[in-house]
Amino acid sequence: MALRAPTLSEERIPTGRAIDVRDVSKAYGPTGTHVLALERISLSVAPGEFVCMVGASGCGKTTLLNLIAGLDRPTSGEVGVHGARAALLFQEAALFPWLTAGRNVELALRLRGVGKQERRAEVDRLIDVVHLRGFAGRRPHELSGGMRQRVALARALAQDADVLLMDEPFGALDAITRDLLHDELERLWQTTGVTILFVTHNVREAVRLGDRILVLSSRPGRVVADFPITVGRPRRLESPQVAQLAADITERLREEVRRHADIAPEE
Amino acid sequence: MPTLRQKSEPSSQGGLDADLAGIDALDIPLQPAPSLASRAWSALWPKLAAIGLFLAVWQTVVWLEWKPTYVLPPPGPVFERLVSDLADGVLLTATWITLRRAVVGYAIAMVIGVTLGLAVARFRHLRTALGSLITGLQTMPSIAWFPLAILLFQLTEETITFVIVLGAAPAIANGFLHGVDHIPPLLLRAGKVLGARGFATYRHIVLPAAMPGFVAGMKQGWAFAWRSLMAGELLVIIASRPSLGVRLQFARELSDAEALLAAMIVILVIGIIVDAVFFGRLEYAIRKRWGLLSSAS
Repeated sequence: MALRAPTLSEERIPTGRAIDVRDVSKAYGPTGTHVLALERISLSVAPGEFVCMVGASGCGKTTLLNLIAGLDRPTSGEVGVHGARAALLFQEAALFPWLTAGRNVELALRLRGVGKQERRAEVDRLIDVVHLRGFAGRRPHELSGGMRQRVALARALAQDADVLLMDEPFGALDAITRDLLHDELERLWQTTGVTILFVTHNVREAVRLGDRILVLSSRPGRVVADFPITVGRPRRLESPQVAQLAADITERLREEVRRHADIAPEE
Repeated sequence: MPTLRQKSEPSSQGGLDADLAGIDALDIPLQPAPSLASRAWSALWPKLAAIGLFLAVWQTVVWLEWKPTYVLPPPGPVFERLVSDLADGVLLTATWITLRRAVVGYAIAMVIGVTLGLAVARFRHLRTALGSLITGLQTMPSIAWFPLAILLFQLTEETITFVIVLGAAPAIANGFLHGVDHIPPLLLRAGKVLGARGFATYRHIVLPAAMPGFVAGMKQGWAFAWRSLMAGELLVIIASRPSLGVRLQFARELSDAEALLAAMIVILVIGIIVDAVFFGRLEYAIRKRWGLLSSAS
């Protein structure tokens, strides 16, 4: 199933694939009455690439991320992920409330089998990476939503995965914080070279961050458009180029949504 | 691990750092910490007021001469008797015997309750088989077990321990189960993403996540254990074991209302202390840790 690929410490192969989804279908429920969440979806993400996925409700984004993260198995087709397990970030930080921020990060290292001595230094380093020095001793409820999401990011990085999957990670944050976290995530991506597959409802956010944007259809989910984003970085959310591209992609997305109105029962 | 290569434009970089630090500082909730003295006082005065009210009602009932004072003595002489019984050691000996039974019985109930809770939480079929039975056992009044227990173990320590365990273990198991059932699915998913499997999932995710429900079950288990024990000490009187229950029983037989009430006060106070000091603190610590305390509480 999984692609045999070099670990991240080795040089990346430009022609390789970090994520490879081939002809994947996923059905829920018993055969006959089952619901098709994904139908023969195929997509690939190159190592170090930042790909955003947008789609209306019911496009099976979360299902797809679960499959790539190995939390679920496809009904048919193949899912390949470069290196070890993919890290997954949720819309909510999903930090463990009984552990401090630092301990949350440490648990990821511990579950990976990192030794005690090494863990301490690594936690400090990762907390620094997300710019939360001095907050490692705080409990999740003592942090803001944005800070919690950064701890979750540090915890995901602690998994040492080549691939970072993000399921609307900034959806619940206020605009100012989200804007800052876009900068932060971009910087992290540029310095670590991690591969990112980022799911969002927000088309502008996708244009702000992605090298490429995949538009998914709904019920069942399929990739219906693939927009390369050539606007140079750093991009601003409010720049005219971003706005123009976002408008084009939104139009494409609306077409997909309208398609469902046609098949809805007439009065 | 993606290793950090620190190469970037210092100007914009410094700007982002400052922005993040600024928004972090603004986002941290301000928590004015009340002084220790004012906190202690605000915790203490309602309790003192409640005790005062209780004593006032008691004294009033005595003054109304509802019952003669040799049956219902006023608080003053009862507290004098309490002090003297404590001073000459009889009440302390009785308390010690009773407490030891409580601790032993409760410890056994914990082991059985946790084992049972874990097993039932882990295996679905076991849950189908035993889930409602555990709840049934929990609702069974523990005093109803004594006739059987006395047949099985005669008038011995084992009889009392047996009933304490039967009273407390189902509550503990149920509390544990309840805690496991109420773990947010997102946390389990997060654990799975982090690579927790099997035993590691239980150790690092399930057990700590179930703590709030578990502590509630432990607390309820204690209440059941303490009640079962008191019932047991009244029914199962063992020679040379002058427990609190035995004191109650003898005081009634001798119509010594002051000694009876003094022993009852000890029983009540122990119940309150264990609940407030031990379980209360444990619950408070967990709620504080998890951020479940509202500023009002």
